[in-house]
Amino acid sequence: MIEVKNLSKRYGANKAVDGISFTAEDGKILGFLGPNGAGKTTTMNMLTGYISSNEGQALLNGFDILENPIEAKRRIGYLPEHPPLYLDMSVDEYLSFVYSLKKSKMPKRSHLNEICELVKIADMRKRLIRNLSKGYRQRVGLAQALVGNPPILILDEPTVGLDPKQIIEIRSLIKKLGKNHTVILSSHILPEVQAVCDKILIINKGRIVADDDAESLSANLSADRKLVMQIEGGLDEIKKLLSSVDRVERVTVGRETEPNVREYEIEARPGADVRRDVSKKLANRNFPILMMKSSELTLEEIFLKITTGDIYGHTETPEPEETKKAEKPGKAPVRSKGGDRKK
Amino acid sequence: MIAVFKREFAAYFVTPLGYAFIGVYLLCSGAFFYMFTLTSGTASVGSVDVSVMFTLMFFVLMVTVPVLTMRLLSEEKKNKTDQLTLTAPLSLFGLVMGKFAAAFSIFLISTAVMPIYGLILARFSPEHFRWAVIWGNVLGLIMLGAVYVSVGLFVSSLTENQMIAAIVSILLNIAFLLSSVAAAYVKTGFVSYALTEISLLDRYTEFTVGIFRFSNMLFFISLTAIFIFLTVRMLERKRWN
Repeated sequence: MIEVKNLSKRYGANKAVDGISFTAEDGKILGFLGPNGAGKTTTMNMLTGYISSNEGQALLNGFDILENPIEAKRRIGYLPEHPPLYLDMSVDEYLSFVYSLKKSKMPKRSHLNEICELVKIADMRKRLIRNLSKGYRQRVGLAQALVGNPPILILDEPTVGLDPKQIIEIRSLIKKLGKNHTVILSSHILPEVQAVCDKILIINKGRIVADDDAESLSANLSADRKLVMQIEGGLDEIKKLLSSVDRVERVTVGRETEPNVREYEIEARPGADVRRDVSKKLANRNFPILMMKSSELTLEEIFLKITTGDIYGHTETPEPEETKKAEKPGKAPVRSKGGDRKK
Repeated sequence: MIAVFKREFAAYFVTPLGYAFIGVYLLCSGAFFYMFTLTSGTASVGSVDVSVMFTLMFFVLMVTVPVLTMRLLSEEKKNKTDQLTLTAPLSLFGLVMGKFAAAFSIFLISTAVMPIYGLILARFSPEHFRWAVIWGNVLGLIMLGAVYVSVGLFVSSLTENQMIAAIVSILLNIAFLLSSVAAAYVKTGFVSYALTEISLLDRYTEFTVGIFRFSNMLFFISLTAIFIFLTVRMLERKRWN
C-alpha cells in the first residue's frame, strides 16, 4: 500500500514534480505513464527515499519515507532506470551483498535460488556482471529488487533495452508478482502499461493528467468515433451531403487519392454511430464509397491527446512561472475520471 | 554497515588498487627503514632511530591514501549504484562507516609491517631498542591514516570523478601540512595560532620523536570524526538538491 499526498520536487525554479497524489493498493499494479522528463523517475526516486521531496508525504505501508526511512525502505524493492549493478562482482556475490545490505531474514540460499529461477538467471550466477548482456543485467536488477521479498516493488522502465521475447517474459513475471505485491512501474510505452497494469496514472510536466483503471481509460478514449472515407464524386456536393447527415459534427476533406476521389474525415457526436446513415445517403445520390473505416485512436494518439489536454478537457497552456505560482499555491492535481471527457 | 564493509574490502582486491597500495606502502617503509635506520649514521653510533622512517611515511600516506579512498563514493555516484545503497534500509552513517572501515582496514593491514621492523631491531640491537618507540610511532601513524582516510572519503562524496577526488584530497592533505608554514606569514594573532594548531605534521612529529600527548590523540580523532560527519551531511544534502 502506497499513499502519496501532494508530493512535490523543485529543482531551482523548475518544478519536476508538482503536487501529485495517488494511492497504490495491495495486489495491484499501478502504471506510471508519461513522456520523457514528465517526472516519473523523480517521483519514484522520492518514493524510495533516494531523493527528498520538497512538499508532501509518501507513506509506504504506513511508514513515512522521510520520517521513518529505515522501516519504509525495508518494505521496498527498487529497480531504478539504470540497474544499480557492481560490474566487478559476479551475480551470486552481488545478490548476496544485496541480501545482507537489506538485512533479509529469509533463508538465504533457498531465497536467492528462488529469485534466480524466477527471473531466469540461474545459469548466469557465476558470471561477472560486467560480462552480461543488457537483458541479463536488467534481470539481475530485477532480482536485486526482489531480494528480501519486499511487499512493495517500484520498477522504473523495467523492460527498457530488452528484446521482444524478454519483454513478454518480464511483463508476465511482473503480472505474477503483482498478485501478492504492490507494484508501481513506469513506462513511456502505452501498450506495455495497458497490458500489465490494473490502474494507470498519466503524468505530464510533473502533474497527474489522468488517473483511471486501464480498461475504462482505453474504452473511453478509443470510443472517440471518427470515420475515414474515400468517396468518388464532386467535392462540394459530397461535403454538403455529409454535413447534412444526422449527428455528424464535422467533416474535413483530405487529400485526393485517385482522380476525382477524395478522402473525408467525419467526426460524429460522442457515442453516435453514423456509418449506416452516411452510406445510405451517399448511395441514394450515387456516390460510390471506395473505402470506409472507423478510425479509433491509436494509443499514441490518445496519449498525445491527453498530454496536450485535448481529451480530458484541460489544456496545458504554458503560463509564466510567476503567475502560475501566485495563482495556484499547492494546487491539487488535476484529476478527472474517464466519464467527463470532452465537455 | 558490515555488508558495505565486506563489499568494499573485497573490491580492493578485485581491482589492483588494494595490492598497489599495500605494495607501495611496504616498498617505501622498507626502503626508508633500510636507508635511515639500518644503514644510517645514527645507527652506527649505537642508537636505534626510526623517526626518519615514520616522518617520511607521513608524506607517502599523504599521496597514497587519497588513491585508496578516491573511488569509495564517487564511483557509486557515477555508476548509479548509490541508488541501491541509498534506498537500502541502512542509515547514511552506517554506509559511510562501512566505507571508512574498508579503506582504513587496508591501511591497517599495511601498517602491520611496522612491528616486524621492530622485531628486526630487537634482534640486532637489543641494548638500544625499546618497543615503546615503535608502538608510539605506530599509534601516531594510525591516527594520521584515519584522518587521511576520512578526508579522502569526504572529497570522494563531492565528485563523480575519481581522479578529481584523488587530486583534491591530496591538495587538502598538503594544505593541512602547510598550514603551519602559512601561519608564519599571517600577522593576525588568532588566525596564525589556529593555522599552527591544525597542522598535522607538527602533531605527528611529536609522535615520531617520542612525545605522547593526549591532546594530539584527541585532535586526530576529532578531525576524523568531523570529516566523517561532513561526508554524511554531504550525502544528505545531495538528496535535497
